[in-house]
Amino acid sequence: MSEPTQPSREYLAAPVLKIGALAWLKDNLFNSWYNSLLTVITLLGLWYLVPPFFKWAFVDSLWNSSAEACRDIDGACWSIIPNNIKFIILGFFPNGEEWRPLLAMFLLLALVVYSKERSRWNKYLGWFWVSGLIVMGTLMYGGIFGMTVVETAQWSGLPLTMMLSFFGMVAAYPLGVLLALGRRSKMPAIKTLCVVYIEMIRGVPLISLLFMSSIMFPLFLPDGMTIDKVLRAQVAIILFTAAYIAEVVRGGLQAMPRGQYEAADSLGLNYRQTMRLIILPQALKIVIPPTVGILLSAFKDTSLVVIIALYDVLKTTKVTLSNPKWTGYSTEAYIFLAVLYFICCYAMSSYSRRLEKELHTGY
Amino acid sequence: MTETQPKDASAPIIKIVAMHKWYGDFHVLSDINLEVQPKERIVICGPSGSGKSTLIRCINRLEEHQQGQIIVNGTELTNDIKNIEKVRAEVGMVFQHFNLFPHLSILENLTLGQIWVRKTPKKQAEETAMMYLEKVKIAEQALKFPGQLSGGQQQRVAIARSLCMAPEVMLFDEPTSALDPEMIKEVLDVMIDLAEEGMTMLVVTHEMGFAKSVADRVMFMDEGQIVEQNNPHDFFDNPQHERTKLFLSQIL
Repeated sequence: MSEPTQPSREYLAAPVLKIGALAWLKDNLFNSWYNSLLTVITLLGLWYLVPPFFKWAFVDSLWNSSAEACRDIDGACWSIIPNNIKFIILGFFPNGEEWRPLLAMFLLLALVVYSKERSRWNKYLGWFWVSGLIVMGTLMYGGIFGMTVVETAQWSGLPLTMMLSFFGMVAAYPLGVLLALGRRSKMPAIKTLCVVYIEMIRGVPLISLLFMSSIMFPLFLPDGMTIDKVLRAQVAIILFTAAYIAEVVRGGLQAMPRGQYEAADSLGLNYRQTMRLIILPQALKIVIPPTVGILLSAFKDTSLVVIIALYDVLKTTKVTLSNPKWTGYSTEAYIFLAVLYFICCYAMSSYSRRLEKELHTGY
Repeated sequence: MTETQPKDASAPIIKIVAMHKWYGDFHVLSDINLEVQPKERIVICGPSGSGKSTLIRCINRLEEHQQGQIIVNGTELTNDIKNIEKVRAEVGMVFQHFNLFPHLSILENLTLGQIWVRKTPKKQAEETAMMYLEKVKIAEQALKFPGQLSGGQQQRVAIARSLCMAPEVMLFDEPTSALDPEMIKEVLDVMIDLAEEGMTMLVVTHEMGFAKSVADRVMFMDEGQIVEQNNPHDFFDNPQHERTKLFLSQIL
């Protein structure tokens, strides 16, 4: 690369400044008086918080006991979880049929995990998904192979949360991309339509959309015609999330240099090819971080369906807590839920980071 | 005027008649008349803002003209998207900033147009791609990504990408202006080879050495007009217009 300035160039190792734990402490925690102060305050705070929490959660706690036994202890009553696990996770799904939602959830999880590798993204995977979803739907609804029919009104708990958020994300993403492309369209009608849609949806809270879907929308339907309530909530979530995705994707589209369009044009690619092969792969990659942000909040926002009387996993937990036997152990129950939500969210965000790394081609 | 005209051997491959273009109120190209014969090599020079890039970008409709006619290989450029795509597939273009597709490997950059526009089978497209990569002396980089290549290598890939479409005409828009000096030569060498093989070329460049040795015709543009055109010998040794003389005195 560069020419040597002398006959034999000496390659020096990068300087090693300081080694050892003490040096690390000094460099990172006590390198100035205010950082030292912050370190001390933080350590004090941890000292006051961590041991009592540890004692409460692990030392004085009961993990699998009756509600009565919990009355006599000072620590956490984790027993609320194993004692109510069936209702928290599966809600009102009929007794004796628990294997069906469990199997459906397992199937969904397995498909998601299997789809993680980009090398497996091909036509067959698409068919896997289609057949997988049909099997899941059949498992949940029943009606054939001797399985009793379980109306969607009885779908609740974790399967409901998973379904609303999974379809919410999977359907909202392509819809959002289309809306973003539409908003940048040169055709005024399409552009206006997309702008109005995006701004209207973003102008109202999700709760109001859910209310509309559950209370107002049926008023406009002819007598006797009903649309499933879960489906209506699902559509509301999809429409809502898509509007936010659209704006993020539009940001990505705007970040694309004009030269990419020109290069594609000069090869003779048409609009659809240009978008599909050149622009979207790059633009969508750029906006992975904000997109994941939106998907994460969409996932968490599914718990808002409680206001239209759907029992997602947060609501089933609340119902459990309203049982006089278990009232008073809300901290434990909510910590359990928080861990559940955290695992899902963390898995999504770390997957997105991996995807970003894989798609990085050095530009 | 019909949109497609019969071709004959002596017909110009590019014909521009009384063409004007405006950016808003700014009259960027004024009364351009130009005929390019097959295998002709034209170098266009001129001060910045003179409209030389805009002119060649009109030839594959990256820019739209508002008046006059542009006919490329018998197809007139109008608003008809079919005609535009047809012309674009026949006219290759090399950009100042390469404009390779950074998310695709070098090989994929070269096969993309063949597969999607020419509908060539993938295997055959890859063979063609490797042949042109060989030709621009960069075959060993086929599986790398554009971001891993030097500027000169990227520009050679960009030339190969255009050649894969088997174009009738190649347009070069300042192909060496964004390159470090030591890389200019490797790109010019590829262009000289191409000229020797009889490719029709329109080159916007400040490389006067290239113009002298390769061009059949050198064209000087200023303020949106073709001020002077001549064979390189007369153009450089005996310029007719004051503006040409001034420009040449500044750059030579």
